Amino acid sequence: MASSEGQQHPLSIYFWIWGLLFVVSSFSYMVDYLNFQGTIRWTLIIVFMFVKAGFIVGIFMHMGWERLALRAAILLPPIAILVFIALMSIEADHTFLTRIEFFGESDFMAESPHH
Amino acid sequence: MSEAAMTSTGEVLQGGLKGVVEDFSTDKQTFHVPWGKAMMWIFLLSDTFIFSCFLISYMTVRMSATDPWPIPSEVFALSFGGDPIPLVLIAIMTFILITSSGTMALAVNMGYRKKRKLTFWLMIATAALGASFVGMQAFEWTKLIVDEGVRPWSNPMGAAQFGSTFFMITGFHGLHVSAGVIYLLVIGFRVKNGFYERRGGNYEIVEIVGLYWHFVDLVWVFIFAFFYLW
Repeated sequence: MASSEGQQHPLSIYFWIWGLLFVVSSFSYMVDYLNFQGTIRWTLIIVFMFVKAGFIVGIFMHMGWERLALRAAILLPPIAILVFIALMSIEADHTFLTRIEFFGESDFMAESPHH
Repeated sequence: MSEAAMTSTGEVLQGGLKGVVEDFSTDKQTFHVPWGKAMMWIFLLSDTFIFSCFLISYMTVRMSATDPWPIPSEVFALSFGGDPIPLVLIAIMTFILITSSGTMALAVNMGYRKKRKLTFWLMIATAALGASFVGMQAFEWTKLIVDEGVRPWSNPMGAAQFGSTFFMITGFHGLHVSAGVIYLLVIGFRVKNGFYERRGGNYEIVEIVGLYWHFVDLVWVFIFAFFYLW
């Protein structure tokens, strides 16, 4: 499809994605409602999050139909965010250990969900 | 998708990687989309980095906090007479935003079909759903501040950083939703009163508003996952 004619697609595809977004959102709510914990919780949260993000960007925002030049220009730069996440999690671990070292363990440490 | 395409001027565009090289190297327009759409995408990319910075700083303070992090599932539970239901208001807000994304997608489609009245009403429905989302967020903030004593610098449930990250992230998102409601109303009324008919009957602008609105929904997907569910 020529981009200059605008994005014109059959309505059925929007209704399908709309419905699927509701279903996947219910799934991610269920992760909390059914009280999954640990690795299974994080995995499910991330999977459902990216499925929803993919539907929204790919179909509702029409990115799936755009030319590769635009897709690459918009979707590749956010990869840099992964580097930022890695750097800041190293930094956060360091801060946490330094706090334990200098301020001692808080009374709540045993219940802390992170370490 | 990536097959060869033709522009309105009859120029043939290559698909795939070869197309990327040609698009970037012809010393002409790189992105074969209306300029407004390309600019909205670039704005949304910059907004992605802003929200990423907020969410990453949230990750950093949560990982480095020695006090326990308040459990969102309990903090945001709401009781309708019986036992508190975890995250129920947040779930309703999520479904409202998804519903508004659907009406927005239909508005974009109807805009290209030049069904002005229907486009207008779908945009108004989207704006109304967005406004109700902001209303529920105001309710949630009030409950947290007044009833539960959460402040940006402290809260009775645990790590003090909870309040600052919560107000910062949801506040900035709520601001985006509010701006989107105004944007939708302005463009919606222009569609209705024939503003774009006088400019060649081009309704790309509805798709551009749609990009912004879907982005607001997209950000909520990430906030819901990382702040409320994690």
